[in-house]
Amino acid sequence: MILIYLIVILLTGAFLAWITGKKSSEWPRIISLAALSIDLLIIIIYVLNSFPLDKSWLIDIKLDWIPAFGISFHLALDGLSLVMLILTFFLGIISVIISWKEINSKVGFFHFNLLLILAGITGVFLSLDLFLFYFFWELMLVPMYFLIGIWGHENKTSASNKFFLYTQASGLLMFIAIIALYFVHGHSTGLYTFDYLQLLGTAMNGPTAMLIMLGFLAAFLVKLPVVPLHNWLPDAHTEAPTAGSLILAALLLKTGAYGLLRFVVPLFPSASVTFAPIGMLLGVAGILYGAKLAFAQTDLKRLVAYTSVSHMGFVILGVFSFNELAYQGVVIQMVAHGISTGALFILVGQLYERIHTRDINRMGGLWEKAPVMGAIGLIFSMASLGLPGLGNFVAELLILIGVFKANVLMSCLASLGLIAATIYSLRIVQKVFLGKKNTDWTMNDLTIREKAVSASLVIAILWLGLFPKPVLDTAKPAILKTLNKQKEISYESPVSNSEKILCDPSCNPLCTFVVKNNSFKHKGTLSKAQSNTKEEQDN
Amino acid sequence: MTEKDFLCLVPFLILATVPVVIMIVVSILRNYNVVFGFSVLSLLAAFSSIFFIFPSVPHAIEPLFIIDAYSLFFLGIIIISALLVTFLSYDYIKQLTGVREEYYIVLFTSTLGAALLAVANHFVIFFLGIETLSISLYILIAFQRSKSNSIEAGIKYLILASVSSAFLLFGMALIYTASGTMQFTEIVKSFGAGSQLSPIVLSGFGMMMVGIGFKLALVPFHMWTPDVYQGAPAPVSAYVATVSKGAVMSVLIRFFFNLKGFDNQYLFVSISGIAILSMFVGNILAIRQKNIKRLLGYSSIANMGYLIIILLTGSDKGIQASVFYLISYFFTTIAAFGVIALLSTNEYEAEKIEDFKGLFWKRPGIAIVFTLSLLSLAGIPLTAGFIAKFYVILEGMNAGLMVLIISMIINSVIGLYYYLRIITMLFSSGNESKLPELSFIGNITLAITGAGILLLGIYPGWLIDIIVRFVSL
Repeated sequence: MILIYLIVILLTGAFLAWITGKKSSEWPRIISLAALSIDLLIIIIYVLNSFPLDKSWLIDIKLDWIPAFGISFHLALDGLSLVMLILTFFLGIISVIISWKEINSKVGFFHFNLLLILAGITGVFLSLDLFLFYFFWELMLVPMYFLIGIWGHENKTSASNKFFLYTQASGLLMFIAIIALYFVHGHSTGLYTFDYLQLLGTAMNGPTAMLIMLGFLAAFLVKLPVVPLHNWLPDAHTEAPTAGSLILAALLLKTGAYGLLRFVVPLFPSASVTFAPIGMLLGVAGILYGAKLAFAQTDLKRLVAYTSVSHMGFVILGVFSFNELAYQGVVIQMVAHGISTGALFILVGQLYERIHTRDINRMGGLWEKAPVMGAIGLIFSMASLGLPGLGNFVAELLILIGVFKANVLMSCLASLGLIAATIYSLRIVQKVFLGKKNTDWTMNDLTIREKAVSASLVIAILWLGLFPKPVLDTAKPAILKTLNKQKEISYESPVSNSEKILCDPSCNPLCTFVVKNNSFKHKGTLSKAQSNTKEEQDN
Repeated sequence: MTEKDFLCLVPFLILATVPVVIMIVVSILRNYNVVFGFSVLSLLAAFSSIFFIFPSVPHAIEPLFIIDAYSLFFLGIIIISALLVTFLSYDYIKQLTGVREEYYIVLFTSTLGAALLAVANHFVIFFLGIETLSISLYILIAFQRSKSNSIEAGIKYLILASVSSAFLLFGMALIYTASGTMQFTEIVKSFGAGSQLSPIVLSGFGMMMVGIGFKLALVPFHMWTPDVYQGAPAPVSAYVATVSKGAVMSVLIRFFFNLKGFDNQYLFVSISGIAILSMFVGNILAIRQKNIKRLLGYSSIANMGYLIIILLTGSDKGIQASVFYLISYFFTTIAAFGVIALLSTNEYEAEKIEDFKGLFWKRPGIAIVFTLSLLSLAGIPLTAGFIAKFYVILEGMNAGLMVLIISMIINSVIGLYYYLRIITMLFSSGNESKLPELSFIGNITLAITGAGILLLGIYPGWLIDIIVRFVSL
């Protein structure tokens, strides 16, 4: 029941915030803070009580929803979703606190939308029924659309429309894929269901699996986003209010990564292997192209937005290299990027509140005015470039090592991204906080509220960087589960089976012949090669 | 006529008697509230009589009617929608100058026509129903005689509907010459169904499709839709979009499934073509509209395009999907036109998109209902429209209609674009226009439709169970 409570508390909070918002603007803030804190507490208490977390599904709850179509209200928690949930509630609290002074109009409705998005995200991380998953997936969209469209900056309307159309169009493709999977499973087993655990072993032929997987990929790759489909991201991030950018970058993008790990790889083990080279290529392209564009921006918020594209490239690269190290890296990257990029967006928001510009050329020399802010900015820029000791370093190192096992070339290319990251990150620090003073801004340093927010984020990123073991241990069973699915299928696949029989002399008398023949050929080629070399030497 | 026949016809008797009674009452005492109250009570009585009939179906009254669970379901939907439209009309009609009570008389006759279509098993009833419906609609559409828009819409509908009726009649005649019977179930027996349909029957059905396509506003018979939707009083537009279309759809489904038209490749291809054209034309033309009533008109063209996909599934499941789709579409459309009706006054019709600017900050309740209905039209989760679209896509894919489903998906995205435009307007700030005070009845109606949209969107299981249990041909 805990899982249902988590969502219900957020929804109740949302409606309460809206209702009380008409009377005062303090109540919605307090209610949202309370709802998110209660959720975080529930999860933490649960973790402390049920240690160690080594079961494959920690909590599993299933209720009927639309039985006529085999749709159930199926929520379950495993290590991966646990990590993501803690991140969600933690950053949710932070997004309420940073909006405390920034959002002054329509406060009730703002918090209503905020909590509704978080409820949607919570649902996405928990649902094990594909229909329910799509339901929550779409539930995140409308309030996010309002968040950008109502409280955003100058070009909010076009940015919010773009965001909605991109995600909705790709989401519909996933929807079709989900229904196709439902029928493929139904026709082959007679059991028509949207339940993830039932659909896991669905037998499909190659092209079908590929097509259905592409439907899923469309939604996840747009959300992540991957390079040719990333167009909505810079606009949406730039125009959204700070809390909106924070949630977009830190949580919404993670739903795409989560979808890859939870659905694409386990549901389509062999098709995803076929797709892996393209996936990795897209990842590397994202890393390099995102970094290049980040470097070229003059709008600070846009710059940070493009770094997301670059960092998310590592995630897709890791996902398609199918080994444990890389997957651990992906999990850490999801958390670390959420914290570090979120912190950078908060910083941009704080700057904008003070000097009312995001133009990087009009800043400079701000360190003198606001040393604490400068220090925070420095820390998170360092995190973004992957300085050892901070979370992103662990993540990117693990991913690169993992990818190196799978594909050396990709790994080498991706590591170039670290250099590019260094360049754009240092540029932030140099242009904003150091360098020549362009204008005489009068600005205050961080207030106590802002210091508290930044301090908690700094602690989190340091903890991830110095002692990531708890996160890794929590997510490990889920990762292994995903990878095992992969291995099972690749062993069971008919091609490898026949090869096994052919090449094992003990089970097939013909084989000895084949093997002998092979060895003859081998010798033949060898002798030829030797003779060639002899000839060369002779010449 | 047996007792059972009589029982089965009670709802129709109620619908037929009420206009006469109102006429007599009005000639003695003109009181708007009395007439309104009486209409509402009679509709409720007609609706509750359905439950008394229910145990004795299926029952055929040879040769004209067939009363089964399917037709009772449609009857219920039609009466409920008529009831909601009556509620919406209360304030809108009340503020008109001149005669007002006659509006309800005509509303009843048109509902009678629509109800006849749901039980028709014979060309005579089919045509009688469609003409009763149409002739009443001419009056309803042109009810605001002082407005040129309204007169124009009425005349346009009159002329085009007459032409389409001629096509319909000619088509029926052709089929009659080939089969020698006008009863749906007998037609099939006389020359087989599906792929064995003879050319003369095919051309007859083609002619009929012109008439039916006109009523459903399918491309290329859709030209009247935006003008009529714009010119008619808002509650009447809602009525045209829901009751009239739902009733025609019910008879089309019955006839087409009896004929097994989905097995005939010519019919299959032409219906697919009409469906795809309707989706694309409706949605693309809607993008540039500045008038919400016109926009909803175009969107209804697209919606009917989605719905006739069901004809090609050829299964009871498809019919069940169409019933769910119609119910959700009815709630959604009545909510949308209800908002327009409630915000309009005698002098000023709130129909431009700018009129709705910042509505959310002034009248949150009404804006939420409008947003819900737009999201439902766009098929976003939490609303009835999402489940309805899901149901149609599910059954469409089950029948392997991938091309149609993919064009439906593409169109959902196009549609989203213009719905979003209105929603953005609702939530943007700054509005100088004055809004009329809302009445109690109007608020209740909007609350009912809004709650319906949410209920069917969040917990549709019970309705789907009921539909799956009872609706089949």
